[in-house]
Amino acid sequence: MRFDSLLESVGRTPLVGLPRLSPSPDVRLWAKLEDRGPTGSVKDRVAVTMVERAEKDGLLRAGCTLLEPTSGNTGIALAMVARLRGYRLVCVMPENTSPERRQLLTIWGAEIVSSAATGGSNEAVRVAKRLAAEHPDWVMLYQYGNAANADAHYETTGPEIHADLPEVTHVVAGLGTTGTLMGVGRYFRERKPEVRIVAAEPRYGELVYGLRNLDEGFVPELYDAAYVDARFSVGPRDAVRRVRELLETEGIFAGISTGAILHAALAQAAQAVREHRRADIAFVVCDGGWKYLSTGAYHGSLDDVEARLDGQLWA
Amino acid sequence: MAIEVKVPTILRGHTGGAKAVSGQGDTLRQVIDDVESSHAGVRERLVDGGELRRFVNVYVNDEDVRFTGGLDTPVADGDVVVILPAVAGG
Repeated sequence: MRFDSLLESVGRTPLVGLPRLSPSPDVRLWAKLEDRGPTGSVKDRVAVTMVERAEKDGLLRAGCTLLEPTSGNTGIALAMVARLRGYRLVCVMPENTSPERRQLLTIWGAEIVSSAATGGSNEAVRVAKRLAAEHPDWVMLYQYGNAANADAHYETTGPEIHADLPEVTHVVAGLGTTGTLMGVGRYFRERKPEVRIVAAEPRYGELVYGLRNLDEGFVPELYDAAYVDARFSVGPRDAVRRVRELLETEGIFAGISTGAILHAALAQAAQAVREHRRADIAFVVCDGGWKYLSTGAYHGSLDDVEARLDGQLWA
Repeated sequence: MAIEVKVPTILRGHTGGAKAVSGQGDTLRQVIDDVESSHAGVRERLVDGGELRRFVNVYVNDEDVRFTGGLDTPVADGDVVVILPAVAGG
């Protein structure tokens, strides 16, 4: 495959069958390998689409400063796009994220403002909104409320899954900004409404939910529950167990959030088996495991990993 | 047997600091009412106008109840109810 530039190469990722993890020839699992992009995560699609949309809308000029609250992948992808397009990028990232994410952001030229661990990404959003108010000339693309985030998946991820797997019955993805599910969900609601859209949401340690009051809770502006059929909360133990299973049975080295997604996908598969129904379940591999090596997620006792991930934003 | 209800830090003022309390009932609504009878104030933090509050997520056996019948979600002995504030990802 040949492309005119790195940005042109984003998307069209492989959808690979998982013959050893699938429970039967009638109930099959398929992994959409979103780690196969310039910065190695599903957010490459989002970053390119958000920046190109903003340029088209006249929001960005050469030398502009971009600002984004991010727990990692979106910032890293934006840093790559910003470097190629000549923008400066300031990322607000919670301090309880893996060191690899910081290293990658720095490598691609982003500046990092750390937000307090307590409150997790909610706090990063709050700090970013304050910085945006203090710097009216900065442009916050704001992944949580930017329609281009969901549109990237409506225009590319959804159609790619549909084209590669016309018999798809389920799509399972992670719920963070909700962009993947909103875009893919909207695509299938319009084109094949019987496809079940399933969300896997990481369940973190208590520190991350340490809000002062419930009104500080956060639901991304993009979120519309009408595009989702079921939503599961998955803790770090199940996520790590599954991500190891994916590595051991199918050779796929994925990030921890993918383990949470696989956990929800396997529950859908088990339900189909119980009900004697055919199922073709596509799920999103959000990123590779490289950024999480320092967490020790891939070897050693589950108890130790669980203890280490407590309080970390592992997804 | 009963239903275990896991309480987030932010609501533990109502449970004497307990991380989990026990409730009875056939639906989530009944369990919350039962918990309210021993830990007054919890219900008002979770429910407003007969609906779950916007920034509260409740899971029965890890599934979000907004997709399984909301407060009418059936529960059975041994089920685990988790209450969490809504937080951002990404």
